Formats: sequence, structure tokens, C-alpha cells
Amino acid sequence: MYGWIFRHLPGPLWLRILTSLVLAAAAVVLMVQFLFPWLSQFTQFTDSTIGSVTQP
Amino acid sequence: MLLQEKETRVAVPPPRAGVLRTAVQVMGELLITAGVILLLFVAWQLWWTNVESDAKQSEAIKNFVQELGPPTPAAPANPADYGPPVVSEPPSHAETIGIMYVPRFGADYTRPIVQGTSTDVLDTLGLGHYKNTSMPGAVGNFAVAGHRQTHGAVLDNIHTLVPGDKIYVQTKDGFYVYVFRNNQVVLPTSTDVLLPVPAQPSATPTESFLTMTSCNPRFGAQERIIAYSVLERWQPASAGPPAEIAAQVAKARGEG
Repeated sequence: MYGWIFRHLPGPLWLRILTSLVLAAAAVVLMVQFLFPWLSQFTQFTDSTIGSVTQP
Repeated sequence: MLLQEKETRVAVPPPRAGVLRTAVQVMGELLITAGVILLLFVAWQLWWTNVESDAKQSEAIKNFVQELGPPTPAAPANPADYGPPVVSEPPSHAETIGIMYVPRFGADYTRPIVQGTSTDVLDTLGLGHYKNTSMPGAVGNFAVAGHRQTHGAVLDNIHTLVPGDKIYVQTKDGFYVYVFRNNQVVLPTSTDVLLPVPAQPSATPTESFLTMTSCNPRFGAQERIIAYSVLERWQPASAGPPAEIAAQVAKARGEG
């Protein structure tokens, strides 16, 4: 899959390496911005209040 | 991921790879990707959220300190009696009430106390004040919540408090010195720890309590750990900070 993507990137080798680095970085940024905050509601680390139903 | 790409590129014979082979390969790459994403998530949750929150909390302290105006010199070690503590009106949601200094948590423990206990407050700004409880210094219960882990981990060391430890709350009116009394582990539904006299529904409060709540055990949330403290004394802002935390207060002023 990744090999297929890499072979289909345009340009010389150095540009394709650069492009794949940028793509990987973009994926990480998207995950940190949207996926992880959403995912964290299913972890238990963040419940520190008492009787959270009464919280606004 | 790049390493993965290079390895698979070498391994795949270019023209006629079987369908099964391709399927297995894609599956493997997806599984490795899922593993990497999970590891990234753990790093984000346990480390990066702290980095982000620390920055935002320093910012909140800086803004709060700027509104306080010029510094006042430290008060003498034997403080005078300044009468009943001044109690300010509760601010609106997500506004900073003050700063908490807990020497037991480290000389540089300086965290903002912010109005509200919703996730937008607790996940970035640190200690959240339960809106339906008293303000600092008032007769009754001043209750705050904070994360044990992640998002700054402001109450990570709540179990290390020793009876007699001082907890300092600085507001725009002055400094409230609380003395830690005891810890308690309760179920998450035990809202009676937030009562004006904690855990005593029918009692009329005569003292000013500080109640801190956090999750327990450290990396779980099955229980809540509570730390009760009682107001010992207070001094107005014009009297300057208590001598014991003068250095921390000056530092909060100087570099946020």
C-alpha cells in the first residue's frame, strides 16, 4: 500500500521522499487535532470531578 | 512508516504479485499503521496534553498577575490579624479566580484556579472551581477539581500531602492560607464531599474548607481522591504575600 503510494508520487526520488514526509506529518497533525481529542473521551484519565452529572 | 515503505518496496516482485499476497501485505501495513497510531495516541495523551496545558496555564497566570497591578512587599513572618476574609463574587465561566501554591507539590507549583469544572476548563486550564460551592475564604466549602494525569496533571501528587501542609490561594483580594487535614477515597457519585461541611448534609458550616478532588487510582477513574483543608488565616493583597511563598509569588509575577 505504502509502496504503491510511493511509486505513484510524482517527481524525482528526493521530491517523493519529501512529499511522503509531508504527507506523514499532515496525517499526524490531523490525528492530534481531531482524532485524539475525540478518542480521549473513551479513556479514563480525565474524570476528576465528583458527580459529573451535576456539572454544567 | 517510511522504513516500512522501503522494506516492502524491496520485498514485492514488481509485475505479477498474487492477489492473496497483495491482500496480506496491505493488511499487514494497515495493522502496523494502527499500532503506530495507538502508540502516538498514548504519547499524545500522557505527554503532549501536559505540554499544551502547562503553556496555557502559564498564560492564564500571566494574564491574572498583570491585572493585579504593582507588586507589594512580602509580609512579616508573624502576620497580624486582618479580620474576616474578604470574599469576592464568583466570576463568569472559564475566568481565572486566582492562583494556587502548594509547596508540597514542589517549589514551582503555581497553577491557576478557573471557574467551572467542565472539560474545557479542566482539560486546559488546570484547577476548576465547582460553581455551586463557595469562593475562597467564605464560610463553607471552596471545592476545586483537577486532573491526576494528562492535561497538566495538576493534582498528580495529591496523595503526598501531609496533615499540616499549607496550601496558598491567591486572589485579587489577597492570600488565603489553608492547612491540609486529610485525604479520603470515595466513589465518583459521592457528591456530599462538596457540601458546605463536607459529608455532613445537616451541619451548619462555621469554618472555611478547601476541598480538592481528583481521580483515583493514578491512571484510572474508578474512584475519586479527596483532599480536605481548612482555612487558617488570610491577609489582604495590600499586606503582600506570605513570606513562605514570597519567592513563588515573585516568580509568577516575573516570568508567568
